[in-house]
Amino acid sequence: MTNKISVSIWRGKSDGEYQTYEVELRENQTVLDIVTEVQRQHEPSLAYRFACRVGVCGSCAMTVNGVPRWTCRTHVNQVTKNNSLTIGPLRNLPVIKDLVVDMKPFFKKWQTAGASFTGGKTRHDPVATISSESPGRKAADAGIECINCAVCYSACDVVGWDDSYAGPAALNRIWTLVNDERQVNKRAVLDAAFADGGCGSCHSQGNCTRHCPVELSPSESIAALKRSAFMGLPKTGAVESNKIDTGADRES
Amino acid sequence: MNPLRSHKSYLAFVGHRLSGVALALFLPLHFLLLGTAINDADALQRALAFTDHPLVKVAEWGLVVLLTVHLLFGLRILALEMTSWPSRYDNRTSWVIPALVISLLAGVIFWLQS
Ligand code: SF4
Ligand code: SF4
Ligand code: FES
Repeated sequence: MTNKISVSIWRGKSDGEYQTYEVELRENQTVLDIVTEVQRQHEPSLAYRFACRVGVCGSCAMTVNGVPRWTCRTHVNQVTKNNSLTIGPLRNLPVIKDLVVDMKPFFKKWQTAGASFTGGKTRHDPVATISSESPGRKAADAGIECINCAVCYSACDVVGWDDSYAGPAALNRIWTLVNDERQVNKRAVLDAAFADGGCGSCHSQGNCTRHCPVELSPSESIAALKRSAFMGLPKTGAVESNKIDTGADRES
Repeated sequence: MNPLRSHKSYLAFVGHRLSGVALALFLPLHFLLLGTAINDADALQRALAFTDHPLVKVAEWGLVVLLTVHLLFGLRILALEMTSWPSRYDNRTSWVIPALVISLLAGVIFWLQS
């Protein structure tokens, strides 16, 4: 006897509806496997996005039982409720078709919030030597691994309520920039974070941190940005010139 | 229940806002009552009689609870935003339930004293 699971998948644009498919349960099956099986066996016109299938690219994010997730890193048995599963497109972004959303607003806000690196050196200058132990580098490192999957953006209520809100990922990126010794004009970067739709709009509900698949904490980064309204730019620590960390002094 | 809204920091968010709105509505009435009472002795008597009404008692009790909720949730936000976090994921949700319990206790004490 084969076990089946009942899977409801969003079909159409924002005015679409859920359709239900009976899908065979297999061992070690991910939600992405389910979507693929539905497309291969039941609904050839089903649109969805994925690339790496191993949690590297971040393109497979969807809403699974009401929560944004990377479907390739979500096992079916972790999330199934009463032998059924609901899979929809990411919240807070326009639906193009079925499970595919338009990521443009997400990237656009990232840019308008000023969340991209500007250095002051050219390729002819020596490479900056930054101590991995400096407070600035540590703070930047804590938030740097973002892969722009928009899971946090989709989990955030404020993004849904306030069109102008830059969102957790962009603000998290700004926090890494003001901690990066190589970033020029940090004051302007920080000021931009306090513009309309900036860090002041965050309600600290922490959905971004709760759902970020890389386990970053945009919510903490945003709190730190807010704090710098009183404390000023964070201390990044001095560049230790000519000292290259070879790892030799690291405990093995 | 929306899984994105069933957690303690959402409860704190809603609690803080609703108590804020309720206070903004209630407090002016409260002060109006006090103000008229101070200006004229008859009004004071009437006001005191009015506050003996059980419904008014309940409203005042609610005011005390709301004030405490708003104060404590506000302190949580201040701690959250003004001090560095004990860990990357600790947005001080552990304050939420104690804050509610303390508020109810404040309500009980007020009730017993009045
Ligand atoms: S912060 Fe996390 S959830 Fe948000 S875009 Fe980056 S990786 Fe994705
Ligand atoms: S903590 Fe701020 S950015 Fe994160 S989900 Fe909540 S409101 Fe959005
Ligand atoms: S397909 Fe690349 S993260 Fe899921």
